[in-house]
Parts: sequence; C-alpha cells; structure tokens
Amino acid sequence: MSWKLIKQALNGSKPLPRMWHERPIKNSYDVVIIGGGAHGLACAYYLIKDHGITDVAVLEQSYIGAGGSGRNTTIIRSNYLTPEGVQFYDESLKLYEQMSIDLDYNVMFSQRGHLTLAHTDGSIRTMRRRAEVNQIQGVDTRLIFPDEIKKLAPYLDVSDRPRFPILAALYHPPGGVIRHDAVVWAYAHHADAGGAHIHQGVRVKDIRVTNGVVNGVETTHGYIKAGAILNATAGWCTTIADMAGVRLPITTFPLQASVTEALKPFLNVVVVSGSLHVYVSQTDRGELIMGASVDPFAQYNMRGSLAYLEGIGGHMLELFPMLSKVSMRRQWAGLCDMTPDYSPIMGVTPVEGFYVDVGWGTYGFKASPIAGKTLAEAIATRSTPELIRPFRYSRFNEHALVGEKGAAAVGH
Amino acid sequence: MLLIDCPNCGRRSVQEYNYGGEYNPRPENAMERTDVEWAEYIYMRDNKWGLQKEWWYHQSGCGLWFLAERHTQSNEVLKTYFWQKNDVPQGK
Repeated sequence: MSWKLIKQALNGSKPLPRMWHERPIKNSYDVVIIGGGAHGLACAYYLIKDHGITDVAVLEQSYIGAGGSGRNTTIIRSNYLTPEGVQFYDESLKLYEQMSIDLDYNVMFSQRGHLTLAHTDGSIRTMRRRAEVNQIQGVDTRLIFPDEIKKLAPYLDVSDRPRFPILAALYHPPGGVIRHDAVVWAYAHHADAGGAHIHQGVRVKDIRVTNGVVNGVETTHGYIKAGAILNATAGWCTTIADMAGVRLPITTFPLQASVTEALKPFLNVVVVSGSLHVYVSQTDRGELIMGASVDPFAQYNMRGSLAYLEGIGGHMLELFPMLSKVSMRRQWAGLCDMTPDYSPIMGVTPVEGFYVDVGWGTYGFKASPIAGKTLAEAIATRSTPELIRPFRYSRFNEHALVGEKGAAAVGH
Repeated sequence: MLLIDCPNCGRRSVQEYNYGGEYNPRPENAMERTDVEWAEYIYMRDNKWGLQKEWWYHQSGCGLWFLAERHTQSNEVLKTYFWQKNDVPQGK
C-alpha cells in the first residue's frame, strides 16, 4: 500500500482508479444479496472466489457500509462462551488475520489484546468457564488479576475506590481493533472486480414468492428476477423477511456509541466491562471510541440520547478517573437485530431460495468474513455448512438455542 | 426527551418506565399446544416498523403495567391505556 501511496503522490493530477463501479441494473441475477454491509459484500466475494458464482447483485438502500458496518466500535475477538460460538468466531478471527494479504488491502488490524473486566464473584466464575472453554478450543484466553491488569492498562483504576472494584479480567491477546470501512471497501473492490454488481441507493419494496420458491425482488428501480435471495439487512431484517412471509424471532434496538477528543496514546488494549455497560479502545488518531449496551426500548430510530451520554460518562470515570476533563465529540447509533439467545440466524428458511444472515445484534462486525464464507457455501450448495448448523433458522422450532448472552452482550 | 402518559400518573419521562416488549398474549389451552406453536409465542416477534402495541411498566411511579401504541420510527405515542380482556394483538 505504501508503495502505491508514493506513486500516487508523484502522480498528483490523476485520481486513483475507482474501487468499485456503478453498473446498469440487469433484470435477472443468480443471487441477489439485500444489504451492502460487510456481511453482504463478503458473501458476494466468497460466492465468486470459492464457488465461481459471478452473476451476483448486492442491493443497498443507502451507500455501502452505511449501517452497522460503519457504526460499530471495530472490536474483533473470539472469546465466546459456547463451543459452537468459540469455533465460529475463531474462524472469523483467523480470516481477519489474513485479510490484508488475501485482499491486498490494508485493513489495519491491530491485535492489541482484549480485556473483559470482572467486578463481581459471579463474573469471575463465568470468566473462568469461558477461559476453559476457549483453551479447549485452542483459543488464547486466560483469567488475570489486578497486578497484571495494571501492567496492561496503567491508567485503569484497579484500586478498591470504585463502587464496583475491578477484581479480575479475562485476557484475550488475539483480540483487537480493525478499520471497519476498509473491510467494507476491500470486499466491495474484490466483489466488483470479480463481476458482482453493487447497486447503491436501491431499496427493496417486495419479494415475490411462488409456490414456496423465491422468484425475485421488486425494487425502487424495477423488478429483478433472482435464483436466490440473501437477507443481510441487520436492523431492518424483519421488514425484508416479512416480504417473503418468513417470521423472525428478532427485535430491533438501537445501540449508541461515541468518541472523545484526541488524546496522547495511553491505552493499547481494548477494555470491556459488562457490569458497567461499556467497551472502549483508543483509535490511531488518539480518540477514545466507546459503546454501551442497547437502548432500553425497541425502535428503528437512531437518535442519540442524553441518558446514554450521562451513563457512559459516569461509567468511563469509574474505570479511568483521569478522563474527567475530556470532552465527548461525536455520538451516533446503529440498529441491532437482537435474537432471544444472542446468537445469529444463518442459512436456509422455509421459503426455498430465501436465505437469512440476520440476528447479528451487537456482535456482527467481528463475524463478517466467516459469515460471508459460510453463507456463500450455503447458497452455492443449497445446504447448511456444519460450522453454522447450530445457528440454523429451525433451532427455534426445535427449542435448541445457543445461549451466548454471557459472552456476547454487555449489560446483563 | 420522550414523554409517555401513564394512564394512572400522567405525563412522565421515559426514564421512569421499563419497556415490556410487544403485546403478545399467551396462547390459550396451553396443554394442547405443539412445540412449534410455543416457539411462535416464545420467540417469534412482529418487530414492526410503524405503529406497535406494546407493554410498559411504570417502575419509578405507580408500579402499574399498561399498554401503549407507539410508532417505532418517530417514537410518537398515540395512546396509552390499561389492558382489557378483549385486547387483541396488532396485525393478527
């Protein structure tokens, strides 16, 4: 990348070539992916790369990466609670580790280590269990105590001053942060180069289903025939599934995040506290980027609230008292499609040719590569790959849930 | 700030209330229901974009549960009222 930059600096008058192109909308595609976020674009990329299916359209109602892919706090980790969850997210982390090389695109993955703080005996018990489950699966996670926490994050208050003192932490060295826009752009670039069409500003109005098989999508730009349709629309997934007549066990909640002004580098790990509803890391620009748990009631509105700022401000000062004079600069929200068990829903549905990649709640971004890869396999083979079998749509009717609340959520 | 009219206490800040989810009555004749019917009741949700009939609990006030009709995009609350026996879920 740096060599490209030097060449471009000496070649100032000519703009860089476009990373993806606007193409005319065809009236038929083999696969139509609804939702141009990291998941949808990754799926398009893997359909081309792994299965040679190039007749693919990605429909995005806004611009690509406008939803959760551009609104998350960029944290990557695989220290989940259930063996199914750990295996799945660890495959994703491995793909992220290789992404800059595989896609020849600098996604700036910084594996700086990830700390989940325990403020109660109950949390320590859960973390011991998570550490054991992780180690059995070959994932580097262990329980550490205040002396070691202090070395990793010197400005963290590990004294007994706070109302809920830090008693221990789950340390996950491979965890870190990544540049989320670059992930979206890298997938978009390679999907486009491989023959997929990326249509921005195209909204799906209806899905036509005949005799239980999908036929195509009605859009703001006309009817498009489709052999297979993937619903990868996160917070809006219920509105799309309704069009195909597929019921989803999902409730949409906004989640708010914010950044502070830029500070000198002082925090080189990701710090998460479930009890205090906060996760924070320092960006390369020096800003602290932080997020909370989902808002207290379901809605599709992404307006920020003062209650969020007061809450996260207070909790941040419990962790880092020296930030008391630092100002918050921006605040935003994204929509989270929450499932009852805090695990996603992936693969086939009762409507033939209608696939879902939904229920990603507050943990979708870190799964983008593996979700794209396994969904591409599901669409190409019209079956469910073993890795995502636990996350199948039918698990709800079978009452076989994959409970990840203890590891996927803050604020429980 | 969102204000909600408690049918008992009047107009209060949303922070006084707890959200109770969309109105989804328990199936009758529980013993005769199949696993799939229970899954529909326990897990499946309308998650409407638009007007939704839902439960609220006035936690920092009178402590009563009531129903509200709220738009999930604009957050406009059209009406609030106590549950009555003939209340039907929306869109069913």
